[in-house]
Amino acid sequence: MVVGNARFRGGVHPPERKEATSGLAVTRVPVPSRLVIPMSQHLGAPCAPVVAVGDHVRRGQLLGDVSAMVSAPVHASVSGTVSAIGPVLTTGGTRVAAVTIQPDEEQDLEAYVAVVVEGDDRDRVRAAGIVGMGGATFPSVVKLTPPKDLAIETVLLNGCECEPYLTCDERLMVESPERVVAGAQHIRDIVGAKRVVIAVEANKPAAVEALKAHTQEGVEIEVLPTRYPQGAEKQLIYAILGKEVPHGALPAATGALVHNVATAAAIADALEHGKPLMERIVTVTGAVARPGNYRVLIGTLVSDLIEFAGGLVGDVERVIAGGPMTGQALASLDVPVTKGTSGIVALAKGVAARAIDGDQPCIRCGRCPEACPMGLEPYILATYSGKRMWDAAAERNVIDCIECGVCSYVCPTKRPLLQLIRLGKSAAMSKGVK
Amino acid sequence: MSDTAQHVTVGPSPHITSPATCTGIMLWVVAALVPVSVWAVVSMGWVAAQLLVVCIGTALATEAAWSALAKRPGTLTDGSALVTGLLLALSLPPRTPWWMAMVGALVAIGLGKMIFGGLGHNLFNPALVGRAFVTLSWAGVLAGGQWFKTLEASGAGLDAITGATRLGIAAADRVASGGYGFDLAAQYRPLLWQNLEGSLGEISAALLIAGGLLLIVKGIIDWRIPAGYIGTVALISWAFGSDPVFHVLAGGVMIGAFFMATDYVSSPMSKTGRLVYGIGCGLFNGLGRFVGSMPEATTYAILFMNGLAPLIDRMTRPKVFGVVKTRA
Repeated sequence: MVVGNARFRGGVHPPERKEATSGLAVTRVPVPSRLVIPMSQHLGAPCAPVVAVGDHVRRGQLLGDVSAMVSAPVHASVSGTVSAIGPVLTTGGTRVAAVTIQPDEEQDLEAYVAVVVEGDDRDRVRAAGIVGMGGATFPSVVKLTPPKDLAIETVLLNGCECEPYLTCDERLMVESPERVVAGAQHIRDIVGAKRVVIAVEANKPAAVEALKAHTQEGVEIEVLPTRYPQGAEKQLIYAILGKEVPHGALPAATGALVHNVATAAAIADALEHGKPLMERIVTVTGAVARPGNYRVLIGTLVSDLIEFAGGLVGDVERVIAGGPMTGQALASLDVPVTKGTSGIVALAKGVAARAIDGDQPCIRCGRCPEACPMGLEPYILATYSGKRMWDAAAERNVIDCIECGVCSYVCPTKRPLLQLIRLGKSAAMSKGVK
Repeated sequence: MSDTAQHVTVGPSPHITSPATCTGIMLWVVAALVPVSVWAVVSMGWVAAQLLVVCIGTALATEAAWSALAKRPGTLTDGSALVTGLLLALSLPPRTPWWMAMVGALVAIGLGKMIFGGLGHNLFNPALVGRAFVTLSWAGVLAGGQWFKTLEASGAGLDAITGATRLGIAAADRVASGGYGFDLAAQYRPLLWQNLEGSLGEISAALLIAGGLLLIVKGIIDWRIPAGYIGTVALISWAFGSDPVFHVLAGGVMIGAFFMATDYVSSPMSKTGRLVYGIGCGLFNGLGRFVGSMPEATTYAILFMNGLAPLIDRMTRPKVFGVVKTRA
């Protein structure tokens, strides 16, 4: 039952399309013929490779690191030989340095080089290369180190998985609830919080049941209405605590710290077993022959992953890394799965948003301001941005856009609202608008 | 390597969109108006059909011609010109001369919409701009003998009335004697089901209400506009000591509240704003009837509120999440 929580403003409920994979247990994808491991799989400073071509590396061994605070080291997900180091295309369409590994014939995927560091739990989380696995890829250690003047009272674990199609977090909660709960407790202890809440959307009853069966003292399970973007940080905090993150402030200003459930499980693995982040669950679904939830080694090429899933089926228009609301359309399938790749979703023609030629008029139907979870007026922000009226857009709080995409989703004339608003937002940010 | 890569396109997120389209919305509006249009033709005869054809045909032709002359892509498929033509026809009396209707449709699309830049850019409801032009230009023709004159034969016991509408007679009686020459409550049934005095769209308030409710249920129009509109007209009628039910059923209130005032482009976008706007439409429509110089004021009440819509939007901006102080 959904009880007692605040309902965030706006939002939409797109067809969930999770049924193809929500009941499928996670299976491991075999070691591919090569792995391409980017040195930047996170927000922040890219790593510098610490290995050279020809080196033999072991699974779990450090491949790249950097001393910057906002960064995350990268580890080998298989044992093998470094065959190349150089720029590669990523899911985001950028080119970043990457280490390519030819895997050894013999692989023991149960074994790895454990991370050993001097220091506290935060240092261990950093050394394990853990980043936000919901897709934002923000280095977890930074979130675990809030400004000293902000006391964290509540740790919120995000198990909403409000994006259509994706079921990787759901399967993690169903199959490994104890890892999620353990991660939540570790996070609580690190930041000194009192309360831990794991939030799950109402469309995942099996996950709720599994978590409840494994919950520990002081860990609450909250069921939230199924409504996108329930899992957006600000909307989640509002739903659970009834507090709005103040404009321009860190979410921690509400006393809440939000981590994705998969990130929490990875933190538990890192702290209890010294396991670096080398693999993750990826939902491969949509127009593929064998949709599923796959445990994928970081660096596996999307093309290999899709081949393992039986290949693309029918007339595929877009292949998305992540969910269809916020994910990135792939320009090439020969890009590696990284720490933030929650899903590979193949959208058939007719399912994918159609490309629209030319300007579409706003018919002032009112759907976008009604759906915007931030209380913005997307139609006017898009118009201002399109006309390069940056100051006008900034004055109408363009900076508060969370880029969830519900405005573009609901628009009947299919104006590229979010795309235009992104322009206005980046212009405002480059002008230092706070 | 995957040979499917070359078939894959990129684009910005979100990668899925809701099934709502502009054309789909317009066609729902048309669908909601089909029963009343058909019933008007059945009840009033082929003159009504002729009016529908002339208005819709001229509206479509004007839009197509304008786009062609302006060397812009055609916009007929968005369905908005169809809706404008249909609404204009429903707002005119059946015996409106064909050339007058044609001018009305030309003005509706040309001066009401295209001159502003087409769909989405007009300040006023195009159909009402067309209607206002016709009623102002040929006021005598429309106010007098152009209503459908079969009342004597309709068996409703209204043989004394030929030229004016029930609403017009009510207004005239009120001015002349302070009372009514007939029982307003006896008019509910004909106004709901078959009212031959008036525009095509006044043929049946029940069918208009049914169409309006359909659009509300489908999420196409916001209930706040018709609720505010009709509620306010009823309230004002009551305040002036008249019959609220008669006044919301008679004249243009129903088609105005459900189909004219709810035009997306010329109405406010926020929920609060829509309620304010609906109440404003009802206020001016109601006041127009009791203290104005015309028996009916729907057209001008809505056009006036159209002009205020941008201001209402400005004054009813949503609260931005996380922003405590609203910026003026």
